Amino acid sequence: METFLGIDYPTLWYLVVGLLFSGYAILEGFDYGAGAWHLFLKKDLSRRIAINAIGPLWDANQVWLIIGGGALFAGFPVMYATMLSAMYIPFMLFLVLLVLRSSAIKFRSAEPMPWWRKTWDITYFVSNTLISFLLGVVLGNVLQGFEIGENFTYKGGIFFAFLSPYAILVGLTTLSIFMTQGAIFLLLKTEGRLHARLTFLLKKGMIFFIISFAITSLYTLIFVPGVTDKFKENPIFFILPLLAFLAVANVPRLVSKKKYAYALVFSSLTMAFLLMLVAFQLYPVLLPSNIHPEHSVTIYNAASSQKSLGIMLTIVVIGAPLLAGYFIFLYKTFYGKVKLDDSSY
Amino acid sequence: MDVEILARIQFAFTIAFHYIYPPLSIGIGLIMVIMEGLYLKTGNKHYEVLTRFWLKIFAITFGIGVATGIIMEFEFGTNWAVYSKYVGDIFGSALAAEGLFAFGLESTFLGILIFGWNRVSPRVHFISTIGVFLGSMFSAVWIVVANSWQQTPAGYHIVGEGLQARAEVTDFWAMVFNPSSVDRIIHTWQGAFLAGTFLVLSVHAYYLLKGRYVEISKKAFKIALSVATVISLTQLVSGHSSADGVAVNQPAKLAAMEGHYETSAPADLYLFGWVDDENQQVTGLGIPGGLSFLVHQDFEAPIKGLNAFPEEDRPSQVNAVFQFYHIMISIGMFLIGLTLYASYLWWRGTLFDKTWLLKIFAFSVILPQIANQVGWFAAEMGRQPWIVYGHLRTSEGFSQEVSANQIVFSLVLFLLVYSVLLLLFLYSLNKKIKHGPYDEAKNALEII
Repeated sequence: METFLGIDYPTLWYLVVGLLFSGYAILEGFDYGAGAWHLFLKKDLSRRIAINAIGPLWDANQVWLIIGGGALFAGFPVMYATMLSAMYIPFMLFLVLLVLRSSAIKFRSAEPMPWWRKTWDITYFVSNTLISFLLGVVLGNVLQGFEIGENFTYKGGIFFAFLSPYAILVGLTTLSIFMTQGAIFLLLKTEGRLHARLTFLLKKGMIFFIISFAITSLYTLIFVPGVTDKFKENPIFFILPLLAFLAVANVPRLVSKKKYAYALVFSSLTMAFLLMLVAFQLYPVLLPSNIHPEHSVTIYNAASSQKSLGIMLTIVVIGAPLLAGYFIFLYKTFYGKVKLDDSSY
Repeated sequence: MDVEILARIQFAFTIAFHYIYPPLSIGIGLIMVIMEGLYLKTGNKHYEVLTRFWLKIFAITFGIGVATGIIMEFEFGTNWAVYSKYVGDIFGSALAAEGLFAFGLESTFLGILIFGWNRVSPRVHFISTIGVFLGSMFSAVWIVVANSWQQTPAGYHIVGEGLQARAEVTDFWAMVFNPSSVDRIIHTWQGAFLAGTFLVLSVHAYYLLKGRYVEISKKAFKIALSVATVISLTQLVSGHSSADGVAVNQPAKLAAMEGHYETSAPADLYLFGWVDDENQQVTGLGIPGGLSFLVHQDFEAPIKGLNAFPEEDRPSQVNAVFQFYHIMISIGMFLIGLTLYASYLWWRGTLFDKTWLLKIFAFSVILPQIANQVGWFAAEMGRQPWIVYGHLRTSEGFSQEVSANQIVFSLVLFLLVYSVLLLLFLYSLNKKIKHGPYDEAKNALEII
């Protein structure tokens, strides 16, 4: 098997996919999270400011979803096909909600009528909240494992089987961390009374996160078999949950010092550490089979050919610096508090 | 209905709806680059007003294009799992390249385009416009490459057997430049340019008819007409080249496009007609031996007919393929005539005197849209029964684990949401057109 720096291609691609999903969680995390606070902001102007805080960025942030999905398809077609067809209903809901969310952003401010805005406000709030929740639900399902039989075919298939108690817990945790991320981002972009209101909301968000995170961790340890095996073998990796905890504990301190950009960095780190935790726990499995471990989808049996992975790694090496450049330019251009003008939503 | 049919309906519906918007974005993108370039070059405020106006419309089409495009990306996995496993090795690198090289470019710079007027210099704004436009062009490249590979696979070998079989890439560039890629990319780009330019022509023809924004509308109309004339004419060349390629690589598709059943006979080229599949006959007006001539430059040369292929290996909807293909060509011909005549009048200096012509332009916006749709249908239905030509059948490609109920559920959701989306799109397009370019730009200028 071909290697680069002593790492085999499937593992390298696993890292690429992991990096893309982390980027997606961090960047769209604040988009979705900001949207999940939408109805908690009472005034029309506040809501407009909140939408325009993500205005120039959300389309770009969505790139990470598209590239992440593409990378999964490209690198691990078996994983892509098995997971999406097994999680048919949550993914379809997710996709439809994405369309509704985009529509809400684009069309909310197009008309002044209160019923119009109210409809879009509710659509925006519900879609952002459910999208965050569903992403967590899918993650929960992956952690729990699937009923995968021979040839990596899904054997389950009851309509709402994806809503297991554990998946719901992971869903809520994801929602809570996105909401924390979103509130910090909005603090960075706002001033005055809205800013004060968000400081208050952020506290609620963090409490929500800490509670759901604690319950989910406990539930994982008690009810999800085998989750801690890897850590027992390599105790050094216990540092990941510890780091996640320390990162999140740092957030209130930074917020009280009004260092919002740093606070955002630390809540992003929390997400990154948690995802690393998941990645480390699963590796080299992508989708554990509940029927028989041999049926599990792993990075080796799901991977594209060495040749294809090599080509795609080249594409990434050329493309990633370009993309990073675009993002730096974009975020620099729109740094600072939201100012509404004629081009705003 | 069974899962296969439902999955096909859902895919056809979601992609047909998606395919309204990216071509519009690409076409409007080109016009915006020209308008903004002229503004930077001449400093004429009219071009700035036009750029800002078309950017607003661009933003809506682009937004809906992205939203519906994400659905396409994931629908491969949800509804076509077997197919996804089969082509992942090939399709994947095209999608990865699309994401990194094309979509990354267009989406990041879109923010600068819409919200950056007061934050970056006019030059940087112009460069961003070019970036977004090029990004949308590259997107089309990679998506069409992936689709073309399905039509004319190259640069691969098949490993494994039965359910485990899949295509693996052996030669990346042969895969990218498979026999139909280049023709189809150019043809698709041209279709997209026409979709966008005809929207521009339509809107400004409407203003001219109403006597509103006359001066800037004349400028915009001329820009769009120049592009539309060149593209309609050259579309003929790429169209012919594509058909030649189909003759070589997908003879069954070509036979279906012309309703040609018997190999021995010289093949006719129909202007229009109706295919009676049962009696294997076409009734219509055709040039005897015309197809033979176009393919072999010889009116007598035999063209492989549908009967030369086993029944299970050839498209079953011959009349549909025939009709879609011929509607596309008729529209193409009409657009050539229309733009040439308008260009002639422009040369004579009487372009804006003929109300009836402006009326035709105002309504013609729908024609490239129809041509794009039916052209795509002809290409995809002509490929049947294969999902990967000659290798994997459509009936083998769908997700075995998804139930009919699940697809009905998602299909109903899509129907509902897309209907709302289409209404919103038409409503806000109409509103922006009614509102006009000048007021919005004036407001923006006042804020500066």
